[in-house]
Amino acid sequence: MKFAYYPGCSLRGTGRAYEDSLLAVFRALDIELEELEDWNCCGATTYLSFDELTSYALSARNLAIAERMQLDIVAPCAACYLVLNKTQHYMHDYPHIDQLVRGALKSIGFDYKDRVKVRHPLDILWHDIGVETIRSKVKAPLKGLKVAPYYGCQIVRPYATFDDQYAPVSMDRLLEAAGAEVVSYPLKTRCCGGSQKGSLPEIGLDLLSYLLIEAKKCGADVIATACPLCQFNLEVFQSEVGSRQRPISMPIVYFTQLLALALGAPFSDIGFKYSVVPIQPVLRQKEIACA
Amino acid sequence: MELKRTVKFEADRDPEFAYWISHTVGGERIRHCLQCGMCSGACPLSLYMDYTPRRLMHLSREGFKEEVLSSFSIWLCTCCYACMVECPKDINITHLMYALKERAIREKFYPKRFPIPVMAREFAHMLLRSGRITESWLVLRIFLHCSLLRLFGMSKLGIKLLRSKRLRFAHEHIERREEIKKLAESVRTAKERMAL
Amino acid sequence: MPEQVTTSENSVRDPARIGVYVCHCGNNIAATIAVDEVAQYAAGLNKVVVSREYKYMCSEPGQAMIEQDIRDHGLNRIVVASCSPLLHERTFREVLSRSNLNSFYFQMVNIREHASWIHDNRAAATEKAKDLVRAAVRRVALHRPLEPRRVPIDPAVLIVGGGIAGIHAALTIANAGKQVYLVEREPTIGGHMAKFDKTFPTLDCAACILTPKMTSVGAHPNIKLWTYSEVMKVDGYVGNYKVTIRRNPRYIIEDLCIGCQECITACVYKAGKVDDEFNLGLSKRKPIYLAFPQAVPQKVVIDPENCIEFKSHRCKKTCVEACAERGAIDLNQKEEIKEITVGTVILSTGFKTFDPRRRPNYGYGRFQNVYTSLEVERLINASGPTGGDVILRDGTRPQSIGIIHCVGSRDHNTNRWCSKVCCMYSLKLAHLLKEHTGAEIYNFYIDMRTPGKNYEDFYDRMLDEGVHFVRGRVAEVSDWAAHPSEKGKLIIRAEDTLAAFVRRIPVDMVVLSVGMEPKEDAHDVRRMFNVSCSSDGWLTERHPKLAPVNTLTDGIFICGACQGPKDIPETVAQAGAAAAEALSLISAGCIDLEPYTAKVMEEVCCGCKTCIPMCPYDAISVDEAKQKACVNEVLCKGCGTCAAACPSGSIEQNFFEDEEIFEEIAGVLTHA
Repeated sequence: MKFAYYPGCSLRGTGRAYEDSLLAVFRALDIELEELEDWNCCGATTYLSFDELTSYALSARNLAIAERMQLDIVAPCAACYLVLNKTQHYMHDYPHIDQLVRGALKSIGFDYKDRVKVRHPLDILWHDIGVETIRSKVKAPLKGLKVAPYYGCQIVRPYATFDDQYAPVSMDRLLEAAGAEVVSYPLKTRCCGGSQKGSLPEIGLDLLSYLLIEAKKCGADVIATACPLCQFNLEVFQSEVGSRQRPISMPIVYFTQLLALALGAPFSDIGFKYSVVPIQPVLRQKEIACA
Repeated sequence: MELKRTVKFEADRDPEFAYWISHTVGGERIRHCLQCGMCSGACPLSLYMDYTPRRLMHLSREGFKEEVLSSFSIWLCTCCYACMVECPKDINITHLMYALKERAIREKFYPKRFPIPVMAREFAHMLLRSGRITESWLVLRIFLHCSLLRLFGMSKLGIKLLRSKRLRFAHEHIERREEIKKLAESVRTAKERMAL
Repeated sequence: MPEQVTTSENSVRDPARIGVYVCHCGNNIAATIAVDEVAQYAAGLNKVVVSREYKYMCSEPGQAMIEQDIRDHGLNRIVVASCSPLLHERTFREVLSRSNLNSFYFQMVNIREHASWIHDNRAAATEKAKDLVRAAVRRVALHRPLEPRRVPIDPAVLIVGGGIAGIHAALTIANAGKQVYLVEREPTIGGHMAKFDKTFPTLDCAACILTPKMTSVGAHPNIKLWTYSEVMKVDGYVGNYKVTIRRNPRYIIEDLCIGCQECITACVYKAGKVDDEFNLGLSKRKPIYLAFPQAVPQKVVIDPENCIEFKSHRCKKTCVEACAERGAIDLNQKEEIKEITVGTVILSTGFKTFDPRRRPNYGYGRFQNVYTSLEVERLINASGPTGGDVILRDGTRPQSIGIIHCVGSRDHNTNRWCSKVCCMYSLKLAHLLKEHTGAEIYNFYIDMRTPGKNYEDFYDRMLDEGVHFVRGRVAEVSDWAAHPSEKGKLIIRAEDTLAAFVRRIPVDMVVLSVGMEPKEDAHDVRRMFNVSCSSDGWLTERHPKLAPVNTLTDGIFICGACQGPKDIPETVAQAGAAAAEALSLISAGCIDLEPYTAKVMEEVCCGCKTCIPMCPYDAISVDEAKQKACVNEVLCKGCGTCAAACPSGSIEQNFFEDEEIFEEIAGVLTHA
């Protein structure tokens, strides 16, 4: 099993922990990854507000490179996953977009045939590897750790064919396979506000506070996310949320970090050093190794 | 108490705007909107909007351009797709929000130094120049253009990020930068040729 | 109007003298096609004696014109170029028969639906009309005289489905003195209506108005009531349908059971164990049960899937003991196959409600206090699981209730149609729930649809009673509180579109007004009876306005919710209509069928038997003595399959003979 790995700009910036842990998980499960050659920014949700048609062309360049590499893409960042899928769907549904994008790709030497599939790590781990295989390879089960699985919006809507959009369970099952106790979290697909915290702070904060307070109420020790922006928002603004109600100090990690830990990867290699709210106190309390 | 007269005459409508929204990508079924309000009900940000998504759909298809493009709502949308998956008439509301944002930015319907259009512009320039986004420099540039004061207010956060080694200042870029420029140019000429 | 006398030609059949008539149909044809040009062109065709154009051929003067020309010019073939044969083929055939010509010396050309209504280009449409007329002229010359088949109508009627529609139709026909077989799948008749508490807009008790009719059905000498039975096979044709019905074993001898229910009391299960289907799972029943107190027939049923005796053969059989005197329980009862002959069939198979699990954001199944409307009907019913007391699954009584309209309906993601009755029954439930509980009631709707007689007054009444009406389709029902007052409640989030802001309304109970859908086996039913249904599953009527209870299959009628969502008044009206249609056929005593049957030319048939398995109606058999195929004209429906399949070309179909078809094709393709 081999995929073209598309990190996206965030995983090289504030989302570095996601990359480290994802690579560790895939290594432990013998899935080969080759970084997408000379990949460019997909445009995320921002470029679509600036210039829609150019945005499709820019993101399609990555699809064309993957096709040249003859590999399917795995895109961990939720926004990248969405934009790449969206580009494929829109090219399929709208002939004028298809014509425009193919023309643009031709101008830089790509004869794109749309044979690439864009996958998410949750999809690959749940469907291609399977919960049983992961369970059999777990070396240090996360016994007693209560995790609230937070999917956010862009993985499950609107193009997620690999999981249910109202009540997704892929992350739940994977974390259970890792030995953790997954709490029932009613807000698992509610938007975290995305980039609104930067532009409209009070609104962004309001949305985040719901998520954090509810997770605490459900008895979670940590929240597991699958999107670098969700992780950033939930982790970094806790002092602002907490000081308005009661102090909140909840570690926010990537689901891959928990999986990597359970699969026996060394603690120092899976991105915990980048945390703003450290997870060590919680792990120590649950007597899970964190050395 | 200030009196305000709010009758709308047919001359207040902009037929071009109404035509545009029902023919742009995603707006094909906007005439079918029942005004049921499910989109607003599902939207996590509708509680802050001056015009809820449902109202925006109706105002847009009737051609009330001023109200729509100067609304706060189009900037509040985080594109979470909650509205679109619920819509009983398969209207691509999220995409229409993108289209409205794009048009508002192009026609400059926003207060000066409003962070969202500034971010869109800075993001686009950085992408076209380097092919990738360096988060730290993007944020700095946005705040430089919008509000220096706010930037200082974010210093506590900045220090937190520096300490956890998440702030990188090395410029990210791709090898074949000329390909990005070629792509943009090809799209520009194609748009002109196809009159889009 | 131009005329031309043709020269006689060598032809195998009578020398044809053809009259062509091109209709304007007002503007319908004339606006797009130059009808005078077409008539003029037709006049120049071989064997055409008379060619005219007229504004309305189907009118009396139009028909009289044809009759006059037949007399004056000795015409013996007629072509009319106008609308669809479905509309007026019969009209013009009757013109011919009134003029003592065989009515099948007629060919109709559709230049309206096939030309003027679908094309914009006048020149091209006119050319097309000419091509079609030319083809018809060449074909009609070869028509043979045919006689329609007259078949008798058996006076017995089969009614499939014992809900209010089937019951009403059955009583109407039985009261007219005809024999009715009423077949119902469930152990009792009554359908959905038996489950309702009160009906809108009169707030009549559903059971009170239904049960007298049900009892009449059970007691009527002309109605053979077979419940717990299903139709298995249908053969035959209008007037003579042979139907095979399977009577599933109740394990009770119907003639001996008097419905005293001692056996149920005596059952080894002291309390109910199985989900009671009649109460939609809100209560439990024993494996031996009576569907509901007023069931007709009042006969007990044993459910073999849950009865200990059937599963392990180790039951004390206290039920048998309790019925020792009458001996009505027969645990060895087998299914019974019945074969009947009826002349007409009425399908009144009903509907099913939308499964709210398909809309997961409303929380049905996840939150215990979310109910469907049908479940609430049982809850508020005095003979329901809680005796009419509204007690929720968690044992509490609601102080606030949210009723959500349009669940599953008007939605591209589930069902596109409006289910017609939900607004009205949601208002009804609002009233009844308020009456039973005194709770705060909120109705969430998109449009308030109250089209029937006195329906708007009913809405007014609810407005008076202080029910909150929020115009906004509910986005989600959740249990997480964003405000301290919401703790422990179910929160309904919707935009109040009239006030133009979002509202969060905490309630104790949520009622989902689920829409109506076709039954799951709608497609199986339609295949069995050879009627059509839409892709959604609603059985298709012959014409939505003018023939709502007929189907395209003679002798089979549909009525009630199986044809589309509707309320009880409309259902009863349709049931009466279907009964009238059936009685009309029975009263006529016979019906003329089209003579489009197949016939075997014995001298060419080689006895290969290819045609026998091809026939979907089992109308072909082998004449053993001659070793030739032989078509039963009475069973043959004229589908043409055998004629097409025969390798030696020895089967011809009346009105569709090879020569006729080739002439028509040649006529279309070659310019005269």
